[in-house]
Amino acid sequence: MPDQGQIATKRKFKLVGTRPVRPDGVDKVTGRARFGADMTAPGMLHALILRSPHAHARIKSIDTSRAERLPGVKAVVTRDDFALPERRDLVDICYNVMAREKALYDGHAVAAVAAVSKPVAREALRRIKVVYEILPHVTDVDEAMKPNAPILHKDMRTKGIDPKPSKASNVARQWEFGHGDVDRGFTEADIVVERTFKTAATHQGYIEPHACLASVGSDGQGDLWCCTQGHYMVRNACAGLLGMKVSQLRVTASEIGGGFGGKTTVFIEPVALALSRKAGRPVKLVMSRNEVFRATGPTASSSTDVKIGVKKNGQITAAKAVLRYQGGAFAGSPVQFGAMTAFACYDLKNVQTIGYDVVTNRPKQAAYRAPGAPLAAFAIESVIDELATKIRMDPLEFRLLNAAREGTKSSYGPTFGPIGLEATLEESKGHPHHLAPLGPNQGRGVACGFWFNFGGNTCVSLNIGEDGTVCLSVGNPDIGGSRASMCLMAAEELGVPYERVRTIIADTAALGYNEVTDGSRVTFAVGMATIKAAQAAKVKLCERAAKIWDISPEAVVWEDGHARPAGANAGTFKPMSLADIAAVAGSTGGPIAGHSEANADGAGVSFATHMVDVEVDPETGRVTVLRYTVFQDAGKAIHPSYVEGQFQGGAAQGVGWALNEEYIYGEDGRLQNAGFLDYRIPVASDLPFIDTVILEIPNPGHPYGVRGVGETSIVPPLAAIANAVSAAAGVRHTQLPMSPPRILKSIMEKRDGV
Amino acid sequence: MSQIPVTTTINGDATEFLCEADETLLDVLRDRLELSGTKEGCGTGDCGACSVMLDGRLVCSCLVLGAEAEGREVETIEGMAEGDTLHPLQKKFLEHAALQCGVCTPGFLIAAKALLETNLDPTETEVRYWLAGNLCRCTGYDKIVRAVLDTAAEMRSA
Amino acid sequence: MVKVVLWGSLKQAAGGKTELNLEAKNVRELLDRLVEQYPKLEGHLDQGVSVSIDGVLFRDAWFAPIKPDSEVYLLPRLAGG
Ligand code: FES
Ligand code: FES
Repeated sequence: MPDQGQIATKRKFKLVGTRPVRPDGVDKVTGRARFGADMTAPGMLHALILRSPHAHARIKSIDTSRAERLPGVKAVVTRDDFALPERRDLVDICYNVMAREKALYDGHAVAAVAAVSKPVAREALRRIKVVYEILPHVTDVDEAMKPNAPILHKDMRTKGIDPKPSKASNVARQWEFGHGDVDRGFTEADIVVERTFKTAATHQGYIEPHACLASVGSDGQGDLWCCTQGHYMVRNACAGLLGMKVSQLRVTASEIGGGFGGKTTVFIEPVALALSRKAGRPVKLVMSRNEVFRATGPTASSSTDVKIGVKKNGQITAAKAVLRYQGGAFAGSPVQFGAMTAFACYDLKNVQTIGYDVVTNRPKQAAYRAPGAPLAAFAIESVIDELATKIRMDPLEFRLLNAAREGTKSSYGPTFGPIGLEATLEESKGHPHHLAPLGPNQGRGVACGFWFNFGGNTCVSLNIGEDGTVCLSVGNPDIGGSRASMCLMAAEELGVPYERVRTIIADTAALGYNEVTDGSRVTFAVGMATIKAAQAAKVKLCERAAKIWDISPEAVVWEDGHARPAGANAGTFKPMSLADIAAVAGSTGGPIAGHSEANADGAGVSFATHMVDVEVDPETGRVTVLRYTVFQDAGKAIHPSYVEGQFQGGAAQGVGWALNEEYIYGEDGRLQNAGFLDYRIPVASDLPFIDTVILEIPNPGHPYGVRGVGETSIVPPLAAIANAVSAAAGVRHTQLPMSPPRILKSIMEKRDGV
Repeated sequence: MSQIPVTTTINGDATEFLCEADETLLDVLRDRLELSGTKEGCGTGDCGACSVMLDGRLVCSCLVLGAEAEGREVETIEGMAEGDTLHPLQKKFLEHAALQCGVCTPGFLIAAKALLETNLDPTETEVRYWLAGNLCRCTGYDKIVRAVLDTAAEMRSA
Repeated sequence: MVKVVLWGSLKQAAGGKTELNLEAKNVRELLDRLVEQYPKLEGHLDQGVSVSIDGVLFRDAWFAPIKPDSEVYLLPRLAGG
């Protein structure tokens, strides 16, 4: 077994914390696993979507008649096929799924066709005539906030300010958080650093494009197969958009080829259902990579002002940030999360953050791993690093001195319980990485990061088979090995071998509502539900044993996978294993199962510290990542390999965000790099091994101490790398990505004394 | 348009199919032959998810026409295990947890197998550059590279 | 009485206050009381809120109990990736 991570375990488990092979593993290494685009149905049609080539345009007319007349075309849909939904939270989604009065970004869907083959569908798209009136557009967040900027929505009035503004603007909402008095705090500071930062929009970059297969019968019953982070969400959104009843639409989640937040909403699914309903045949709709870039959620781009004051002794006296995030053509950038998390790593008396949610002519943003937080952390952790240099303090010591700890009033309000930030900082201080020597043009950077965890609605079903094996049905797509973690927790709780448990992802008809796989919630919330379902099953197992032995159920305990009489008074009976009891279940009262339906709460927060060494080539401006170590609190690592995997994957995405990835728009408002060749995500030769140190500060809100780990790992890298570049080349970058031309320019300017 | 008849060998089996002149080998495999283990991540040769072997050479099947398979041998992920015995790379990928979502995995396995067929003692750097045409967004490549190196070590000592 | 702290941008809607004292034994009562006393808050609250009770986050939990000495924060509805 590989063992790269170091783990400090406190509590003894039998299975939890081991690294068995995942139950869906063989399917995934042999090509048997079925992802979104891998499903077919008899009589299936192929669908394609026509998209706006304009960043902002009024749609004066859409003529589909020539397409409809093409032999082999079975259905065409446009805005006329989508009534505005009653559910308020679906209105923007409806506008995004199919443009109405206006196309709001390059790539906005305008019409869709279903035909007997892909070539026929392609020809049909060519025959649709759309008349556009091109309008002025805006894609930059700061430009969009200017008073004379082109307005996207004439009825948008900035929320969160009083009195309500009378003029339309691109600022959807203002948010404010904090406590204390920052103005007074700054007067107490010896040194104040104030800077402005910009980050580019990046895409989640999952390798699997969105794909679905929809089938709606004339009786109004529908089936949908799709790759999503939450099929219950898909069901409810599609039902709302198409006027169906939720029980009439069954959604089955395919295997999912990555999501990172980008598959937490619907794009093509309602379109495929509408086409299928119209054509009366199953419809398959698969996005191209170009469409994924142009029309699914990238993250926000941002512009942020940060001001932090410190005393000479290193104590922070005040901290303030103003964050401006554009989230594409609709309200809902994650600026509030940026504003809440910006200073969450610090214990601050005076702190204030103000966030502006801004709309621009870009695709509607979707969540991306710890949405909003990495952008803010880049700005804050860069200034923290600069301050540490200014007061000649080691950056880790400076952070430790001001670190949030148990009892700290967080910058977003609540007081922290037991948290692991200090532990990650202490661990990184003593780590060999911190002590390793550096060569010329090399530098080391550190940064911290924070993210919340959520629980939420969760429902699982655990069925015990006649042969003593266990089948666990959960309602959250397995995005990175969660089935293995569920099997481990169920087996641990029941005291049976890991191999006896199989976890499947049930469809929407089989279980109650399960929230989307997001907010790092699955191992936490579904894990908790699994443990509770196993506990419920154990109660029943003990009852059956009690019946068989003819003693009171209270006199039976479950230990090591067996029902045993509780003490001498209960009588002497040979313990019965789960398999023994299951074998006679049919004769002792019927099948045995455990369920858990709950809104899981008690999610803990999660912190990380990242340390990175880079080398900057002074001739080309290229940054090479030499060494990378992630220190993160996992509460309890159920399957350490997949915890490490989350740490490593988040760090790698952060490296891409810091150095290369960027949505590039032309003057015409069109996306210029809608493909993996020009939108370059890190490849194997761009990265070193990514070392991980798993800290385990148990979350008191979970029976095994689990904290979600999926998202925090993308929060620190942007700043950690910027800080390392600054240490290596003596140039501080306030704009991402730190691409070679940008770095080279700054090095030359420094050399020339500009 | 009249379709082109193609006779080829796929994973050792003689196979015949009809395809359009502009249809890619990837589309033929996935849509006509129901070999959906080969994935499409981009369709433009940038992600490696569609990697297959064509006459012993590693190619992106999205950049090869179906008609080009005429008279040649195609190997896909479906042919990698022998019966129920996994290839050592498949085993090591599982053991090292070298996949999270798994959509890139077929491409990585095919590409890694091609590497080990020419070089059974690659350095870490050689592995990283050889696999640089395969994108993985989940893992940060750490466990993938380790799995490949470990497989090579095991196959050398076997 | 429970002390409830609102996030900054709700201040105006709550008559300039960020800290309010209310009688409430669970989340639903708390939200009902808030809207009764400050009707302008309704628009903000029905867009979804998270409630932190003694540092533990709740997204949709009407009956999560609140103790008289609990520390309660209203936060924007949280969502993740
Ligand atoms: S699908 Fe062929 S390289 Fe991406
Ligand atoms: S495991 Fe998801 S893309 Fe590689």
